[in-house]
Amino acid sequence: MKNNTGVLTGRLMKHILRSPDTIITVALTPIAMMLMFVYVFGGAVRMSMGTDVNYINYQLPGILLMAIASGIAYTAYRLFLDMQKGLFSRFNSMPIGRSSVLWSHVLTSLVSNMLSVVIIFFVALIMGFRSSAGILNWLAASGILVLYTLALTWIAVIPGLTAKSMEGASAFSYPLIFLPFLSSAFVPTETMPTVVRVFAENQPVTSMVESIRSLLNSEPVGNDIWVALAWCIGIMAVAYIFAMRAYKRKAA
Amino acid sequence: MEKAIEVKGLRKSFKDIEVLKGVDFEVKRGEIFALLGSNGAGKTTAVNILSTLLKSDGGTASICGFDVSRQSGKVRENISLTGQFAAVDEILTGRENILLIAKLRSVPKPDQVADDLLKRFGLTDAANKRAGAYSGGMKRRLDIAMSLVGTPSVIFLDEPTTGLDPQGRLEVWKTVKELAGSGVTILLTTQYLDEAEQLADKIAILNEGKIIANGTLEELKKLFPPAKKEYIEKQPTLEEIFLAIIGKGGQSK
Repeated sequence: MKNNTGVLTGRLMKHILRSPDTIITVALTPIAMMLMFVYVFGGAVRMSMGTDVNYINYQLPGILLMAIASGIAYTAYRLFLDMQKGLFSRFNSMPIGRSSVLWSHVLTSLVSNMLSVVIIFFVALIMGFRSSAGILNWLAASGILVLYTLALTWIAVIPGLTAKSMEGASAFSYPLIFLPFLSSAFVPTETMPTVVRVFAENQPVTSMVESIRSLLNSEPVGNDIWVALAWCIGIMAVAYIFAMRAYKRKAA
Repeated sequence: MEKAIEVKGLRKSFKDIEVLKGVDFEVKRGEIFALLGSNGAGKTTAVNILSTLLKSDGGTASICGFDVSRQSGKVRENISLTGQFAAVDEILTGRENILLIAKLRSVPKPDQVADDLLKRFGLTDAANKRAGAYSGGMKRRLDIAMSLVGTPSVIFLDEPTTGLDPQGRLEVWKTVKELAGSGVTILLTTQYLDEAEQLADKIAILNEGKIIANGTLEELKKLFPPAKKEYIEKQPTLEEIFLAIIGKGGQSK
């Protein structure tokens, strides 16, 4: 039995290239959000934060995390379709590595989400995003985005394998898309009521937003990056275990 | 090594429901064997166990001498599954679908294989169209063509004509008939009596998880009392009434 992850990933990449709307749709909503935050709310927010803050830089990490959360809905959707159409069974009854089907979906998710992220970066650049960060900071920031994508992808695998309907396969992503709003992604947490503030300061997205923001602004990152890493790896490990359990049940 | 498929005392339950209650049958090499039964009789469950997608609870099953649970890798090298719904990738073209399977099976000269199969299944003209745009019958033919890549010795066809229009059904029948005699062993499941009658060398009837009859069509016919002539008063059908009223009697299409 040979590993055919490459061949199967090639198949899914064709899907994405032939319906580029997947990537565009995923990038479009966050871009619209970004326009709204920067050009509608941005002025007012900056009044309270000090005019020396580049608000485009400030809100970009949250926008990127939102894009990833909406991107993985498509991962679940593609996996669900493979289950539904019988392709999953077809591949699993062939002499190929058993996990290669699943890994091809995971890799495709990573590639397509990174494409969306790059598109959003370019739009932000046009809008005035500027970074003085060195290559190491950029690598670290990309690393967090990759890990966050992988963590959410493994979450997406679970409904992709077990959902009964198309809506069920992607509904899980809505709370994840919403999560950056309840964090320090768009406004500082100081003005929030205590309950919201406690949640916002301790949920996973905040540590990621803070570390990406500091990395790209060449500011000291502090502990945030370790907290962010711990969240990413923790979520990934738990989701992976449940995803694999669901997979073994479906693929004998 | 005469037997392509050997099933003994096969059992499977889902939660409290016993789907297979000790199924036995054998299929010789090169034979077309139909597993006939109504919805929920356990046909798909049996096919899924034989194609290594599902573990049985008891009994044994082997394909070309390889045990389906202990030597599943060897079994997968020898089989091809055409499931209940045409498992084609609708975003890829017909040709790409066949090439995909050829690459996964590491078949030499994949392009040649694809051209040959597309021709054989009358899909050459549609080869570069997306499979999503195919008719039901064409999808099924592509599905079966994909199953033939790498010349597997045993092919499972799970309800190959369910959901097809009469035209598509005839296309699939023609395809299966052409496969017969090529040496490949086919296990097909169906709920249509005429399909089993048309295609199969041997027929087994699966009912409530057990094989209740097994043999050639001739042998099965002998189980029934000899034909008896009866005279029945023939009532006009709604179709005949309808056609008579609108004045197109006898010219029904």
